[in-house]
Amino acid sequence: MGLLFIEQCLNGLQFGLLLFLLAAGLTLVFGIMDLVNLAHGSLYMLGAYFAATFAALTDSFLLGVVLGLAATLVVGMAVEVVAMRRLYGRDHLDHVLGTFGLILFFNELVRLVWGPAGMSLIPPAWLNRSIEILPGVPYSAYRLSIIVVSLAVALLLYLLVMRTRIGMLIRAGASNREMVGALGVNINLLYTLVFGIGATLAGLAGIMQAQIQTAYVGMGENVLIVALVVIIIGGIGSIRGALVASIFVGLIDTVGRAFLPDMLKLVLSPAAASTAGPALSSMLIYILMVAVLVLRPGGLFPAAGR
Amino acid sequence: MRFPFTARNLLIAAVIALLVLLPVYTALSGNAFFLTLFTRILILALAATSLNLIMGYGGMVSFGHAVYLGIGGYGIGILAFEGISSGFLQWPLAILVSALFALVIGALSLRTRGVYFIMITLALAQMVYYAGVSLSRYGADDGLTINRRSQFSGLIDLSNRTVFYYLCLALLLGTVYLVWRLINSRFGLVIRGAKSNERRMRSIGFPTYRYRLVCFVVAGAICGLAGALLANFTNFISPAMMHWTRSGDLIVMVVLGGMGSVFGPTVGAVALLVLEETLPFLIGKLGFPLFGESAARAAEYWQIVLGPMLLAIALFARGGIVGLLTRTGRD
Amino acid sequence: MTEPLLKIQGLCKRFGGVVATDDITLDIPEGELHAVIGPNGAGKTTLVSQLAGELTPDAGRILLGGTDVTSMPVWRRSLLGTARSFQITSLFPEFTARDNVALAAQAHAGHSFHFWKDARRETALRDTAHAALSRVGMGDRADVRVSRLSHGEHRQIEIAMALATRPRLLLLDEPMAGLGSSEAAGMLALLRALKRQYTIVLIEHDMEAVFALADRISVLVYGRVIATGAPEAIRANTQVREAYLGENSVAGAGDA
Ligand SMILES: Nc1ncnc2c1ncn2[C@@H]1O[C@H](COP(=O)(O)OP(=O)(O)OP(=O)(O)O)[C@@H](O)[C@H]1O
Ligand SMILES: [Mg+2]
Repeated sequence: MGLLFIEQCLNGLQFGLLLFLLAAGLTLVFGIMDLVNLAHGSLYMLGAYFAATFAALTDSFLLGVVLGLAATLVVGMAVEVVAMRRLYGRDHLDHVLGTFGLILFFNELVRLVWGPAGMSLIPPAWLNRSIEILPGVPYSAYRLSIIVVSLAVALLLYLLVMRTRIGMLIRAGASNREMVGALGVNINLLYTLVFGIGATLAGLAGIMQAQIQTAYVGMGENVLIVALVVIIIGGIGSIRGALVASIFVGLIDTVGRAFLPDMLKLVLSPAAASTAGPALSSMLIYILMVAVLVLRPGGLFPAAGR
Repeated sequence: MRFPFTARNLLIAAVIALLVLLPVYTALSGNAFFLTLFTRILILALAATSLNLIMGYGGMVSFGHAVYLGIGGYGIGILAFEGISSGFLQWPLAILVSALFALVIGALSLRTRGVYFIMITLALAQMVYYAGVSLSRYGADDGLTINRRSQFSGLIDLSNRTVFYYLCLALLLGTVYLVWRLINSRFGLVIRGAKSNERRMRSIGFPTYRYRLVCFVVAGAICGLAGALLANFTNFISPAMMHWTRSGDLIVMVVLGGMGSVFGPTVGAVALLVLEETLPFLIGKLGFPLFGESAARAAEYWQIVLGPMLLAIALFARGGIVGLLTRTGRD
Repeated sequence: MTEPLLKIQGLCKRFGGVVATDDITLDIPEGELHAVIGPNGAGKTTLVSQLAGELTPDAGRILLGGTDVTSMPVWRRSLLGTARSFQITSLFPEFTARDNVALAAQAHAGHSFHFWKDARRETALRDTAHAALSRVGMGDRADVRVSRLSHGEHRQIEIAMALATRPRLLLLDEPMAGLGSSEAAGMLALLRALKRQYTIVLIEHDMEAVFALADRISVLVYGRVIATGAPEAIRANTQVREAYLGENSVAGAGDA
């Protein structure tokens, strides 16, 4: 039980950090460009497909991942230039409609190019094993790698936003778009870059998920809704909020699914517990969201001025 | 009221005439396909009309409206499964439960604005969807077949296709009229005022929250009715009825037809579903001379065309079809 | 003396480090036209927003006709008789002028859970709206869509909407902002006509208008009332001269 619990907590952390990669891009794009991008999940899906394809072509896992990320970055920036750019400053309904259209487009495109069957990205042997993280506690190496990589990305993102010139512009842009424009910064380029970064993060999340499950058409959509829940809880536009909320949501979802049905058996009849258990555990994160909203309508870390 | 002969009114008149006369055509031609297609269209138009009430007139962009389709449907399906098939019991209950869900969802989500509202309605809808998936007694993921349509003690025979069609049409036209009355009533002006400038509404003395909530509940109830129709129409319920893409489709219908026009959603529903039927065919036909066999294969992937069309609508045609005609036809 | 209509006691409001309202205490009797002047960013709009109920003060109390309204929401205060015009025009642009004003009247004519009857045919509301519009000189422009009207006309509709709620207390936030000189003269005449009939808190940068209209003036600097008194007293107040009014502008206002 104790062992299982540790493992589930780690799984929860891993899922949470995966969510963070998605939510970070989403919340950046929203915070800076005021754009609701439902098609963010499509970039997650594309990342997975690209990496799987390149890995198969080059016969190298790492090369596949790197090329997959690069391809997602390119597609992300192209999407920004072709479509998203025209949506800035429009109302949110336009964003919803336009990016909903993009989801349909990318899903069909992937089906057309790669076929309806999924694609898998097989982790190399050095990831496909378990490591003894504590004496007597083995854990999957590549799940561990997800945790490490995501934490590294979170740190990088923090440094990028807080310590660099681009980051300064991003922060300034989030609070004062005219000012950044007045500084003579090429705001179009900045936006393309930010969107590209967000896309790449989503692609990275997709790549990592593809090793747990296969890549399949529509894989981005359900996880996107969870990522939306994350940024609602964290406070839209706040990266810090996204990090805290993703870990929360990841843990609660994973641990809840693993243990809630058993816990319910303590208080309910077995029959009732076995019906209510799965229902309740899949609804847990939404219940959490509602609770946060009732207490703090702006999320845990409401972005200033919003 | 006057009905000048503008392009817009002519279109609306044509759509109504088409809808009224369709069963005559199918009876003469013996081709029941259109009757089935258009019954579906009418039901979804009813759902879209209810969404338009909150979205087009109230500015509440709900991305979870299909939930009430599902709840209305499950209301019918569950009661039928448990042996209650009287429509006089089923339908009011289905509508009531939809209204109750709308009350809870609305009470929570209307505390927020803008993009929060969109995301929260989406997330809450997803939660209800998962609740549906976990209803193992009622088929969980796979759904539940309804063996017997609602019984109205012989007054209305839902198993007769034509009767069913005209029932849907009557309910749709009745609802459109209701919405039209509503938006011009005191209540409607409050809702529209709150869309336009909520801060000002509060400052002149309107507690806007409760009006919006009531509006949200009314829309949920109407959509629940559409769900009851849909369940009877397909003889089947499943969580897919309230999948978030279904909510997206409803938004598309409303915007495509024209927001803030009572008939817009009906026009949009006709346009979208007819497009769904014809796009694959068109792609195949038009592409064949150019690309040969592969065009026929591409026809299967028609959403590749639909997706960018939605984007184009978002960018260039916000008034939807009715809006376009209004602009050119001047009203 | 009778109880003042509006009592402000120890009102405070800060935004982060900015103290926008700093311990303001003020009594405004029924029928007075009380002007609040002060440099940009002095906290005038913030004060009005707290009186109207859009902002909740950090400390202090607001009493209207003896009722403590400090934590009442905006709409409830409106029903109690507080009406506000906005510094930055805030209307319903896709409706006609008459619809805008009728909506204000509707808010004060019972609840609006009427779902069937055409509200635009409710003669009582339409008449009230028309009367208010005529009052501000917009009677003949009533059926024009607000988005097609000029800025000056918007300012007039702002006032008409406030009047249509049959207020006891009018909070006017720079009604003359951005008006041309002839429009400003019209607005001045209107304010003069409204004086006495309503209790008015007027915020205005146009010193000429303020000194011509006000019964009493409060001078706000950095959120603090540095002086309150009759126009002559304010004009003579050295602290006010130093802090805010240039010598010349006061003299100018006096000569006009
Ligand atoms: N919502 C807010 N958040 C933060 N600071 C605010 C807010 N509203 C006002 N302030 C600050 O409070 C101070 C007072 O602002 P206020 O708008 O009340 O001034 P004002 O006297 O109306 O100025 P003006 O003559 O320009 O209209 C200013 O320093 C302003 O920056
Ligand atoms: Mg001001």
